[in-house]
Amino acid sequence: MSTVLKSTAQEARTASAGGPPAANRGLGPRLRRLNIPGGLGGWIWLAIIILPVYYVVITSLKTQAGYFGQNPLALPTSPTLENYQMVIEADFATYFMNSAIVTLGSVIPTVLVSFMASFAIVRGSGRFLKLVNGMFLMGLAIPLQATIIPIYLMIIRLNLYDSLLALMLPSIAFAIPLTVLILSNFIRDVPNELFESMRLDGCSEWQTMWRLALPLTRPAIVTVAIYNGLHVWNGFLLPLVLTQSPGLRVLPLGLWTFQGEFSVNIPAVLASVVLSTLPILVLYVIGRRQLLAGLTAGFSK
Amino acid sequence: MSNAVSTAPRATARIKESKQTEQRKAALAWLTLPALFFFLVFAVIPLVGVLILSFTSWDGIGAIGAAGMDNWFSVLADPGLYNALGLTFLIMIVSWLVQTPISLLLGVFTAGSQRYRAALAVLYFLPLLLSSAAVAIAFKALLDPNFGLATGLGLPFLAQDWLGVPQLALGLVIFVIAWQFVPFHTLIYQGGVRQIPKSLYEAAQIDGAGTIKQFFHITLPQLKYTIITSSTLMVVGSLTYFDLIFVLTGGGPGNSTRILALDMYLRGFRANLMGPASVIAVILVVIGLVLALFLQRLGGKDKQGSQLEGL
Repeated sequence: MSTVLKSTAQEARTASAGGPPAANRGLGPRLRRLNIPGGLGGWIWLAIIILPVYYVVITSLKTQAGYFGQNPLALPTSPTLENYQMVIEADFATYFMNSAIVTLGSVIPTVLVSFMASFAIVRGSGRFLKLVNGMFLMGLAIPLQATIIPIYLMIIRLNLYDSLLALMLPSIAFAIPLTVLILSNFIRDVPNELFESMRLDGCSEWQTMWRLALPLTRPAIVTVAIYNGLHVWNGFLLPLVLTQSPGLRVLPLGLWTFQGEFSVNIPAVLASVVLSTLPILVLYVIGRRQLLAGLTAGFSK
Repeated sequence: MSNAVSTAPRATARIKESKQTEQRKAALAWLTLPALFFFLVFAVIPLVGVLILSFTSWDGIGAIGAAGMDNWFSVLADPGLYNALGLTFLIMIVSWLVQTPISLLLGVFTAGSQRYRAALAVLYFLPLLLSSAAVAIAFKALLDPNFGLATGLGLPFLAQDWLGVPQLALGLVIFVIAWQFVPFHTLIYQGGVRQIPKSLYEAAQIDGAGTIKQFFHITLPQLKYTIITSSTLMVVGSLTYFDLIFVLTGGGPGNSTRILALDMYLRGFRANLMGPASVIAVILVVIGLVLALFLQRLGGKDKQGSQLEGL
């Protein structure tokens, strides 16, 4: 109450002083004075982030001679795409396809089953649902990589060793707890009146889920899809343990073996790093607004 | 009396209705079954499995035999375990100490309304797009004493044998972890800061509190739950920095960066000792659970209510 009074007083004072109206969005007035140290820190961190990225990109465009001869941070004098050609010839197209299959094959089921579970957890009640929710929450606390040995054993027994499906099944299980947490946070935000009106219109819960909850939580679904996609795309332990044939390598694994074989040719190794990140970068450029907004909302609830 | 009679049918109707809703709500349970199936088969069963496997001997290929407490005795008597445990906690604590202030300050900074701050936030996110394998490979090249950053920037002190000296390797691991994960936590803090009601700051301003005071008396206390969320993810996540360290140092030089997760992998899949490796895995799970519960306790139970107390 007193807060409200004070803020009105503040507005009145600003107005009478003839100052410019305070920024409506965000926390402008408060942070204005933090600008100098904050800004400095912000730009320093940017340099720390960008420098390695810059180095990787320019080095990947250098010839071997350029790599050994030039200043490491100078732009290549005669840029070349030879390294990229070499990487592509080293079967990276196959690795790319494998990564894409595993990522889509994990993310789509993850989001689908998690969405249904979240809807039930938010809209339903009963001891069973509470138990399920508690179990998923517990899953957040467990480093699931610690289960890799029994998963290896199960995958062998299921005759799935050295297949892409072997990578998808545990990936789905690992991703469910966090996905359910974020999605149920969003479904909880849907106003209850909307659910009520669907019910009065005679819709079943099943219809309500697809016609009401799904469209309203679409931003959250896109967010968790991208986030999970990133995880699976970049995953290393599962492919390392559960596959073997070169034809089934996913990108991170291909990257690792490539740098083992071509460790003398640093520009080529770094070209492989760039190439394996490029698809994700393109996705990020397209979906960044959604992803950043969704993640900040999803985790800070 | 007559009153009670007249309300009785209505009351039963209401009970009937609420019973229907109750049933309807309980019937939703089956929607969780697909998720439950995946989670039970590929997370819960393996979790039980790893405990069982810790009492067996298995080389990863042949038959599995019972081993009783042998693995536990041998692992608990192995100084390698305590080395790995110590390193895991060291990396966890130092990483937390390094990452939390940086992410918090960057989060506060990027939550500001200026346009360029949002642009910076977009660039900060870049490391999260890279796989740990890619990050490790990039840093290995970057730290080459002759053809890397040291020569590029003309800073000779950067030209060290980063992967050859235990302390340097450990420091490098912590730095690269921060490089890779600070962006994510910055994002969490950014979201947290944006949810702090603006009126709090306006009130503080009228009371004459400066920026620094505002930060310590409003921003930090209001971010309590964000700090707990971020710390939980950071601490539990630090148990699984496997891939980064595996590609960057392989646990070396010597065993100086061989954290628990890596120790588990090397014992299990390199030395073919799945039993002892499962013991390490069980220890990992227990540490993760204990830490998460402890951090949640710190936060208290009434999460939603107390955060906005007094408004």
